[in-house]
Amino acid sequence: MKTWGLSLLTGLAFAAVSLTVQAAEVQVAVAANFTAPMQKIAAEFEKDTGHKALLAFGATGKFYAQIKNGAPFAVFLAADEKTPATLESEGDAVPGSRFTYAIGALVLWSAKPGFVDDQGAVLKKGEFQHLAIANPKTAPYGAEAIKVLTRLSLLDAIQPKLVTGENISQTYQFIVTGNAELGFVALSQVMFDGKLSSGSAWIVPADLHDPIRQDAVILAKGKDQPAAKALVEYLKGKKATAIIQSYGYNL
Amino acid sequence: MLSAVDLAAVWLTFKLATVTTAILLMVGTPIAWWLAGAQSRFKILIGAVVALPLVLPPTVLGFYLLIALGPHGLVGQFTQWLGWGILPFTFAGLVVASALYSLPFVVQPLQQAFEAIGPRPLEVAATLRASPWDSFFTVVVPLAKPGFITAAILGFAHTVGEFGVVLMIGGNIQEKTRVVSVQIYDHVEALEYAEAHTLAGGMLLFSFLVLLALYSRKGRSAWT
Repeated sequence: MKTWGLSLLTGLAFAAVSLTVQAAEVQVAVAANFTAPMQKIAAEFEKDTGHKALLAFGATGKFYAQIKNGAPFAVFLAADEKTPATLESEGDAVPGSRFTYAIGALVLWSAKPGFVDDQGAVLKKGEFQHLAIANPKTAPYGAEAIKVLTRLSLLDAIQPKLVTGENISQTYQFIVTGNAELGFVALSQVMFDGKLSSGSAWIVPADLHDPIRQDAVILAKGKDQPAAKALVEYLKGKKATAIIQSYGYNL
Repeated sequence: MLSAVDLAAVWLTFKLATVTTAILLMVGTPIAWWLAGAQSRFKILIGAVVALPLVLPPTVLGFYLLIALGPHGLVGQFTQWLGWGILPFTFAGLVVASALYSLPFVVQPLQQAFEAIGPRPLEVAATLRASPWDSFFTVVVPLAKPGFITAAILGFAHTVGEFGVVLMIGGNIQEKTRVVSVQIYDHVEALEYAEAHTLAGGMLLFSFLVLLALYSRKGRSAWT
């Protein structure tokens, strides 16, 4: 019994040592809309595995250009499904490592309480100067926002009031400072622990736009990095899934 | 070669740089004149404030402008009280931001030109009974002409090269706030590298020619 306990202790100690020996850093490119949940996941990931995830946040198109030009990222969490697929077909990602880590929800949000009603009727009334969206050319959330306005037959009326952020974070910035009265952002940006963190919002029904599938992929640079594989597995795990859902993403 | 959207961005950039340079020459001249002659201990303070945009990241300027010009900011409340609405997302807003951003590029060459003239020509003009206004326009301005040209070129070129501040308060509206640098950024983001190359190459050539013109002017120092 005593020796059993001792060997268990030794085993644990060895496990701990080997864990610290294996602990590595993994560089991750993360879509701007996934900033908050990923910071939380990375902290848990480090606690649970000892690996450290170094996160860079930004626009998916910019990351694509950087990855094509030798950026040191091992894992890429994109804001769409197209970019990771392109990278894979061009040989810049590990084949078969692609998976959907989150399905984004679009929300019409205002920093002012009571400004946006829960049916989105505020859009039809049009009593605002500026409506902010992410650049529809480069940001999936912007493209889906345009689809929503199109399907509501409001695009022509609202077009002159549209202001465009380079990505979903800048779009949020325009709204939170009050420069735009309202705008379309990712639900993850205004939701925390299942609740709206401030202002007023209308969660756009899924039938008004196409699902915003966000895919992740292991990049060629991360092929032989155990930490990259560990992070991807961790993202698929229960703990990460719970965090992702708490920010309003579907899975 | 350039699409209509690209051309609109080029034209808007030209318009923005022209308006900004004109305003900066009007606002910057008295500031530079005062800085050149002042004995006041505020001189160092004002000089430092004017030079701030040289070292501040455009994100800092853009961030504070977005807040200050916004509906809750001091300037924003003032412009709303005037009935103008708020300045972000408008051409006027870009002019205000660009003027702040390019201020040192106009004030500093002017100040140096004024300092180089010294008090003597003005004293002579005064003995000939020229009024201060008269002597400023008939003595100082002609003598400081190279400084004015340098200031105008630098102010114009620097405004053309502006990106971060515009990005943060512009809202990327075609023909209103989408300048060339933002359009290039968009092309790169959208992986339209051919279009990006055309505009980016044009910017490179423009900037090089401007500096070439500046440095080759009669062998004078580039700054005075």
